[in-house]
Amino acid sequence: MDTKYKMYLLVCGGTGCRSSQSNVLEERLRKHLKENKLENEVQVITTGCFGFCEKGPIVKVQPDNTFYTQVTPEDAEEIIKEHVIKGRQVQRLLYKDPDKKEIVHDSKHMGFYRKQLRIALRNCGFINPENINEYIARDGYAAVAKCITEMTPQQVIEEMKKSGLRGRGGAGFPTGMKWEITSKSPGDQKYVVCNADEGDPGAFMDRSILEGDPHSVVEAMAICGYCIGADKGLIYIRAEYPLAIKRLKIAIQQAQEIGLLGKGILGTKFNFDIEIRYGAGAFVCGEETALIRSMEGGRGESTLKPPFPSVSGYLGKPTNVNNVETFANVPVIINKGADWFNKIGTEKSKGTKVFALAGKINNVGLIEVPMGTTLREVIFEIGGGIKDGKKFKAVQTGGPSGGCLTEKHLDLPIDFDNLVKAGSMMGSGGMVVMDEDDCMVSIAKFYLDFTVEESCGKCAPCRVGNKRLYEILDRITHGNGKMEDIDLLRNLSKVIKDTALCGLGQTSPNPVLSTLEGFYDEYVAHIKEHRCPSGRCKDLMKYEINPENCVGCTACARNCPVNAITGERKAPHTINQELCIKCGACIEKCKFNAIFIR
Amino acid sequence: MNKIKSLDDLRKIKADVEGKMKLREHSENAENLVQIKVAMATCGIASGAKTVMDFLVSDLDKRNIPAVVTQTGCMGYCYAEPTIEVTKPGEEPIVFGYVDTKKAEEIITKYILTGELVDGIIPVNYEKIEDKKN
Repeated sequence: MDTKYKMYLLVCGGTGCRSSQSNVLEERLRKHLKENKLENEVQVITTGCFGFCEKGPIVKVQPDNTFYTQVTPEDAEEIIKEHVIKGRQVQRLLYKDPDKKEIVHDSKHMGFYRKQLRIALRNCGFINPENINEYIARDGYAAVAKCITEMTPQQVIEEMKKSGLRGRGGAGFPTGMKWEITSKSPGDQKYVVCNADEGDPGAFMDRSILEGDPHSVVEAMAICGYCIGADKGLIYIRAEYPLAIKRLKIAIQQAQEIGLLGKGILGTKFNFDIEIRYGAGAFVCGEETALIRSMEGGRGESTLKPPFPSVSGYLGKPTNVNNVETFANVPVIINKGADWFNKIGTEKSKGTKVFALAGKINNVGLIEVPMGTTLREVIFEIGGGIKDGKKFKAVQTGGPSGGCLTEKHLDLPIDFDNLVKAGSMMGSGGMVVMDEDDCMVSIAKFYLDFTVEESCGKCAPCRVGNKRLYEILDRITHGNGKMEDIDLLRNLSKVIKDTALCGLGQTSPNPVLSTLEGFYDEYVAHIKEHRCPSGRCKDLMKYEINPENCVGCTACARNCPVNAITGERKAPHTINQELCIKCGACIEKCKFNAIFIR
Repeated sequence: MNKIKSLDDLRKIKADVEGKMKLREHSENAENLVQIKVAMATCGIASGAKTVMDFLVSDLDKRNIPAVVTQTGCMGYCYAEPTIEVTKPGEEPIVFGYVDTKKAEEIITKYILTGELVDGIIPVNYEKIEDKKN
């Protein structure tokens, strides 16, 4: 390949590195190359984030794979003179392995800075999801083949138990144990159900897996069917995921055509087939009993447990319900062995977790990290930190059932139990990052609004209690709260948690309780001072004109949509608070910084 | 498609497909194909991946560059969609982010034809299960 350039300097252009002047660094590198007449032999390239923002800015040299960290613009000259011209690495800029205290010269095999490990996402972005052969080429269907031809159902269940895999849908129930209970439940017909009713605001892990690697779910459902003695699988997916549905259908059809679903799979006596059931996108249908009711054609309402679906589920038959991501892990556990899997993660949470990073974060995206990775690593290294250089305020995990974790939780290793202890939960894996501009009372109100909308209405604590919680929060954000409201919020939350019928109601007060815990001062400011510290609650804001700065240019008055601003030309203007709708149009137009928010 | 009736059948398919893929990846033959994967999950499509894929197919065709353009799922870089992965024969795959048709044109003209790197490379920032040894 005849390339013009002999060497490349890859400079990280991720937002994290940009904020530590990687753009200036790039300019300097180019400048020094030019000074040495090397611009036609060495090229500087801007790359995306390396996921190692803590040590940024990063410069990687190709083809020798030297990996420089924390490079400042002042280092540019030395890199060019020493490395590029004389071929000597700049020792002081090389990365030093903190464990081994050794300098790392070569990034070729350096997994050390890679915080992510892709198990559930192993094929996402690698294979064509609509081609079964590409899945087979990456060990696809080898796990189900191994199970049905070489292992007894009990052996597979033992392997699953040994792996320590826990349900990725939220609650973290041990998967192997669930399979064992369903396998031991008596019943002439049993079912495997895949819960693809992903509904948390900001969560899109399951959709991505189904769109990128649908066969892994199909295969795992067959394995589960073999273990529990079911010949029928059902995937409950929301109709709002048309692409995921399309690819699932193709996957099922291809597996049927090739004989990996159907009767007598791989010449054994094992039969298994899968059907898709559509949901209308109700959040409560992600709760397994409501999901089963909905699949039966009834209203999506939860029922009392016990009996658990493992004993009496779909059509009253033993039913094993697992989440998409849980299933996606199963073939790897069988192929690589439980002992490979259970060495990853923490003591009680094994393996990895997929997170959908969203909100005020630079690298919005889908990531998969081993359990035990800290929030700081996820947000500031993989996520590239907070947008626009703002300050981190909180991260919401677990969706409407979870809570807001604050700065003091940043070094918490993420696993099922730690998150619960901290007042949140794993949930399905949505992570919404908030910065200093977000009002935590409004955030709690947002989630309550969601739960009120999505409550099925069957039990009073959830139907009525959440509505009251919402009303109290609404009152506070409008400046009409009283200090007693805080006690009321706490008491009501506790009652709802203790008495609601299903997981939705039992967890819905979490956003309120966790924000009260972490941001009590903000509640107090809203109530006592009628002030929103983040300037988000419109009713608590007041736009005013500083007469000393106002020159009477009339720009604000002309742009006010409700004519709330009056004043003589060349004389200070005033805002009529009665009329003002707090749209902020005046602030944008004022060139003299005369308008401020109180 | 033939039915897979036994474990051996399955292994055979795996070996076949794997062999074909390896052949593509490792041969030095100049006629070998360039492989391009376009991340086409909902998020990718929403930010224009389909247009980019159509462009890649027609432009490579127009220039008579032997290449296979396929779709794949989400690579996880939502902030940099649309994303594509280009694998030249015998080389490591490279992922490019923020690929609109203009960028796609640049990637073909520079990277695919001359091997020159262009801005927008997204470094691999994760471990694969194949690399994870205990």
